[in-house]
Amino acid sequence: MEKCRVVFSGSGGQGVITAAIILAEAAVLFENLNAVQSQSYGAEARGGATRSDIIISDSAIHYPKVIQPNVLVCLTQDAYNKFYQVIRPGGLLIADTRYVKTGKKVDAQQKEIAMFETIMDRIGKPIAFNICMLGVVISLTELVKPESIMKVLERRIPADFLDMNRTALDIGIKLGEAALT
Amino acid sequence: MSENVKFVQGNEACAEAALYAGLDFYAGYPITPSSEITEYLAYHLPQIGGKFLQMEDEIASLCAIIGASLTGRKVMTATSGPGFSLMQEALGYAIMAEIPCVIVDVQRGGPSTGLPTHGSQADVNQARWGTHGDHAIIALTASNHQDVFSITVEAFNLAETYRTPVILLLDELVAHMRERLVIPEPGKIPLVDRLKTSVKEGVDYHPYLPREDGRLPMSDFGGVHRFNVTGLFHDMWGFPSSEPSIVHGLLRHLVDKLENRAHQLACYKEYYTEDAEQLLLSYGSSARSALHTVENRRKRGERLGLLELQTLWPFPEDIVREKCAGMKSVIVVEQNMGQVLQAVKLAVDEPAKVFLANRIDGVFITPADILNILRLIQGKGV
Repeated sequence: MEKCRVVFSGSGGQGVITAAIILAEAAVLFENLNAVQSQSYGAEARGGATRSDIIISDSAIHYPKVIQPNVLVCLTQDAYNKFYQVIRPGGLLIADTRYVKTGKKVDAQQKEIAMFETIMDRIGKPIAFNICMLGVVISLTELVKPESIMKVLERRIPADFLDMNRTALDIGIKLGEAALT
Repeated sequence: MSENVKFVQGNEACAEAALYAGLDFYAGYPITPSSEITEYLAYHLPQIGGKFLQMEDEIASLCAIIGASLTGRKVMTATSGPGFSLMQEALGYAIMAEIPCVIVDVQRGGPSTGLPTHGSQADVNQARWGTHGDHAIIALTASNHQDVFSITVEAFNLAETYRTPVILLLDELVAHMRERLVIPEPGKIPLVDRLKTSVKEGVDYHPYLPREDGRLPMSDFGGVHRFNVTGLFHDMWGFPSSEPSIVHGLLRHLVDKLENRAHQLACYKEYYTEDAEQLLLSYGSSARSALHTVENRRKRGERLGLLELQTLWPFPEDIVREKCAGMKSVIVVEQNMGQVLQAVKLAVDEPAKVFLANRIDGVFITPADILNILRLIQGKGV
């Protein structure tokens, strides 16, 4: 596979860093790929835009940061405003409709997807919002299989929360499929 | 998926390796960006019967592991620059009293409390000369999690072999990023255990009387032999002495036991060096950007190579001289104002051909930063 550089951005508490770890861990542990994950950490990570970088590849990854993402996810307006310029021309930009109003001049496929609203509508709580976002990402990019994400979740979260996360992942996958057409 | 494959931070790789190496006593005081080592061991070490102590500060942390090591334990502590500064006094004591221990310094920006959450490689000379007096030291580093694992095990092995503190100089980027780690099967990496004295109870034991091969067998402190341990110059009994021949002999022994083995202690990796015309020389996280740069430039036909040092002290000057010989230029890639650069210039035949590609603003050095310096050296401008 081509090296895929991904940036998840949003605001603290939305789970973008957790989602990044889950995606990269799924790639390494269950897809036999290489992945590195890092995050900006420190003063600039408080408030404003939080960001986590993931690179997934079948070859070795040396420089671990993302300069131009192939896939950029923006869950807040701040994150969108700060990062949309860095996307690789022709890349995939996924924005949440509840929090982000996208601009028109971006050289990328922009997918505005109602992730937050659908999660609130179907589950009623925002806590699996990030897993829904992961569902959208993997259905649009096929970076890893849904089962690989579920295997990571089984290792990481209490059993009582698994069903809700599975539902959120499925919702995301369906939203992604709908956005493809 | 094998249970041996993990997706972890560099700090966890270091802690896992310490357990693999037989760590059974850890004392520490958490500090960013090393805290995950302490956190991981607080949870896991007691589960295998080891002792974990959270101390009141870094001075106490190093003193605690020195004491534990004397009683026969394999020991480690981890900190960052500000804590490493506090450890310098006890570090000198461990060098003088020849007490095996591993000290991890996950480097962040300094001086002082500096840049707590940003990376740096500016403690290289602190590791060498932070404690006072003539002495020798071993300092090791690594750029990826698999190497962090093996070099951590090596740190324990060298500490035991040479009865010396070993400094493990990690940095924030490698410590906090996550990537694949494959835990080797037990026995895959050989472990060096404490060389214990064969002197029986009731027979005089000389803690500082070297065998013919120069090694000093130890007796667990508090066990069957009574002996003295001091930071003063001491005789073979461990008792203080200012007798010039004893002072001279001990200092020479402390320095020679490591400096005379610099070649043997040198761990390094080389990439694309066979036909290289220009050489990047790097270590730790910077070596990741350097290797990225080398692989990209190779695709464009440039004959660029990389020498990655894992042993920083004693400085592997013979290897550096040999690998740099005949290069059009050598570019030292590091995140400080040229600490390894100075050692390289001293080692090579043509110091005027050695340049620095660095970053000191807390931002991880990028392949573009290195490329700009390469272009400048080649006279192409940025």
